[in-house]
Amino acid sequence: MTYPDAVESSTIAEMEETIARISSHKGVEGVMIMDRRGAIIQSTLDEEQTSTHAMILSELTTKVSSIVGMLNQDDELTFLRIRSKQREIMISPDNDFLLVVLQNPKSIE
Amino acid sequence: MGGSTMNGMLSLTTPSFFLPEMMVDFNSSVIGGDEWTRPRRTAPHRSRQLSNKFKIFLRKLFPQLQFVRHSNSKSSLYIMQSSKSVPSLKLNKPRRLEDATKPPDSDLKSRQEVDVSESCPQKPSEPNLTLQKKKKKPRDAEYQSSVQVQEPVRRVIKPENQLDLTEDELEEKITRILTGDDPNKPKNVCKFSFKDRCFKPDPPGQVDNMAVHFSLEGSSMHVDSDECKKYVDRVGRPREQEEPDLKITTDGQSIATTISASPTTSTSMENTKNQFNFSERASQTFNYPLKSSGVNTEPPPMTEYQDGVSQWIIYDSYKSDFLVNQSMDKQEGGPRISLEVNLSSVFEAKHESNDPKANTIHSKSMEHSLKILERLVNQNAEDEIYHDYKYFEDKADEFRKGEGTLLPLWRFATNKTGRKQVTSLCWNPLYNDMFVVGYGSYDFMRQGTGMVCCFTLKNTSHPEYVINTESGVMCVDFHPHHPSLLAVGFYDGMVSAYDISRGKGKLIYSSSLRSGKHSDPVWQVHWHDNGCLSKEYNFYSISTDGKVANWTMVKNHIKMEPIMHLKLSNHRTIMEDSDEPAFTGLAGGCCFDFNKKLEDLYLVGTEEGSIHECSKAYRGQYIKTYDSHHMRVHRIRWNPFHRDIFISCSEDWTVKIWDHKSSKCILHFDLGNAVGDVCWSPFSSTVFAAVTTDGKVHLFDLSQNVREPLCAQKVVKRARLTTASFNMKDFILIVGDDRGVVHSLKLSPNLRKLCDTDETKKEGEEEEKVDGDTFQHSKMMRLLALLGADKNR
Repeated sequence: MTYPDAVESSTIAEMEETIARISSHKGVEGVMIMDRRGAIIQSTLDEEQTSTHAMILSELTTKVSSIVGMLNQDDELTFLRIRSKQREIMISPDNDFLLVVLQNPKSIE
Repeated sequence: MGGSTMNGMLSLTTPSFFLPEMMVDFNSSVIGGDEWTRPRRTAPHRSRQLSNKFKIFLRKLFPQLQFVRHSNSKSSLYIMQSSKSVPSLKLNKPRRLEDATKPPDSDLKSRQEVDVSESCPQKPSEPNLTLQKKKKKPRDAEYQSSVQVQEPVRRVIKPENQLDLTEDELEEKITRILTGDDPNKPKNVCKFSFKDRCFKPDPPGQVDNMAVHFSLEGSSMHVDSDECKKYVDRVGRPREQEEPDLKITTDGQSIATTISASPTTSTSMENTKNQFNFSERASQTFNYPLKSSGVNTEPPPMTEYQDGVSQWIIYDSYKSDFLVNQSMDKQEGGPRISLEVNLSSVFEAKHESNDPKANTIHSKSMEHSLKILERLVNQNAEDEIYHDYKYFEDKADEFRKGEGTLLPLWRFATNKTGRKQVTSLCWNPLYNDMFVVGYGSYDFMRQGTGMVCCFTLKNTSHPEYVINTESGVMCVDFHPHHPSLLAVGFYDGMVSAYDISRGKGKLIYSSSLRSGKHSDPVWQVHWHDNGCLSKEYNFYSISTDGKVANWTMVKNHIKMEPIMHLKLSNHRTIMEDSDEPAFTGLAGGCCFDFNKKLEDLYLVGTEEGSIHECSKAYRGQYIKTYDSHHMRVHRIRWNPFHRDIFISCSEDWTVKIWDHKSSKCILHFDLGNAVGDVCWSPFSSTVFAAVTTDGKVHLFDLSQNVREPLCAQKVVKRARLTTASFNMKDFILIVGDDRGVVHSLKLSPNLRKLCDTDETKKEGEEEEKVDGDTFQHSKMMRLLALLGADKNR
């Protein structure tokens, strides 16, 4: 079977590399990939943290995206950044998955 | 017996002393039969006298009757007995008491009244007692005399005055009638009325002297009566539907039964509640306000199943199902096998479905998200640098005139470049944050593969795209109108065109041996900017093999067309080395630049150090040759604002500014080291930057200082700077070194003055409406005039 959305193996490797790069970046606490319902596909965090984050963040994203849709029906959520004192949570939602990165910008200083 | 009722009042007293006790009511006490009741209210002594008189009176009336007087303290009873009955007593026949008391005269039909008084029961007992007493004696005597006689002998002792009655007289029945009148009540009491002087009945009118003999309270009542209504109201209405026919058919009795039954039926049917202490109460309860609460639950585990269906899959599944059914029919122990078959098919399907799921992580959208996230992570991490990039202004510049600094921002490098050198830089004409870096090597001995990296300021840690090439990249150039088109020249003399629009470098055209190629490294490529006149994109390239070529991209291949063969200029060689045989070869072209205003005109810098001015119209012939440098010319650039001015830099440590009309050097600067690149700034006609091999960046603003650079800053240690390029929008200069690193530098406020501070005040007002280009042009003109005046002096 062929998939129209498929990418070449070289770029797959590139993406894996990108994930590794992001997770090894200074201040990055973890990178998670999950589906829209919160099921983990890939994660660099430990199991417990991953499950809690996945559960809450997937729900939050669903809510926010619905809010965005409510405010403007033609609109769509493309990115979600949550900045807190401790860290920043960045969520990149897609139809199939959520890409979440937890970063602590202060750890660099 | 001729008992006649004596009506009328027998008055024994004179009217003068009327006493009610003395009155005897003969009307009420009826002399009838053998009974006589003496009136109660008579005084005893008088009544005795009266009774004696009465007895005499009665004997006279009834000579046959005997009077028996029974008396107690209060009353006396005279029993008149006929003397005829006495002989009958002699018979051994028992006589009833009633019979004995009955008057023998049955002819007497007159009403007889028996006063039901307390004296009555004594009447039969008295003679019996006397009888029993009298019996005892003769019985004992008889018993002694004749033992055989079992039955006690009865001897009737008759009183002397007892009447002897015949059998018939005794048998005679005397009927007595009970009347409703009370005989004791005087019916016709008369009183003397002194008023009228005569006796009058008292009370006047009818006297009610009814005697109540028997009274019994009944339990039944009439339906229509008030009592019944009250009863129904109190107890409850009897069920009418229950016994309707009873009510209709029968009367009082049935109604009575229904009424008596009604309390039980009604209670049983209607009142099922507790009858004793039941109480009905109602109260309103407190209404709690509604609340809504939510709980986060762990999302239930889910699985996604996905599969594609094609005709052959359907066919196969049908076939397997058919086989399973067949095996089921054949053997009963088949289900296990069929189950296995099913399971295996399901498993296969699952296995297939795994592929697209794994693919979601590697989808293009994921790539996109990853790219965005990497940028964000970078921006978070390098927050300070981004702030500096955008907002930081060196305030020290206000106090030092004619000097400026360069603020280093980012280092762009990848570990993939290895030991490659940065050979070329080019900003994207559309996206101001994007630039490409060509990696290669200037060293002939260290040639290897090359690389083109596309960096953006948004992601400073990693290149957006990487294009790996077989040979070292020597030059890159973006098409000015098609920002995705990238021309690349290689060390091995090849040129290529890449399309980077699809998120990654895609080779669209590449030169080959068949299409023709340079035989030496291609030092510079330049897109021919002819607007949109020609459909075919074409670019020029220059190589040290002495050729300037035009590459045209036709449908499926690239076409090379040499437009210039750089001949060695003879005048210098002849002049200087006349003995040596003249070079027959071609001059090695190192750099060129096309004039933007004069389309045909272009300048070529050669390895030998000379600059030739050529035209596309005249092939194989120089228009002009500048006696410029002694060593290899690294870069020639036309001034972006003034069409006659160009700048050149060379290995011989110098940077020179020329006017192509006068063909003489206007200015020259000795930077003390080989100058790798020189670059006009896009914002000011008088500002240019030059990078040297000692790692310094020299920044000049001729309008401020025509002799010295405003800034000569060492950017890198132990590295040679090879290239430099100004950002088109921001005041950013990027410089590449021979270690594969690109540095970005921010110009301090002094370095990016668009004009002299004095002039801005004067001319800013005058030439407010003049646009930037003409203003810069005029600025350069003024500078030239100034320099010309200096030289003349």
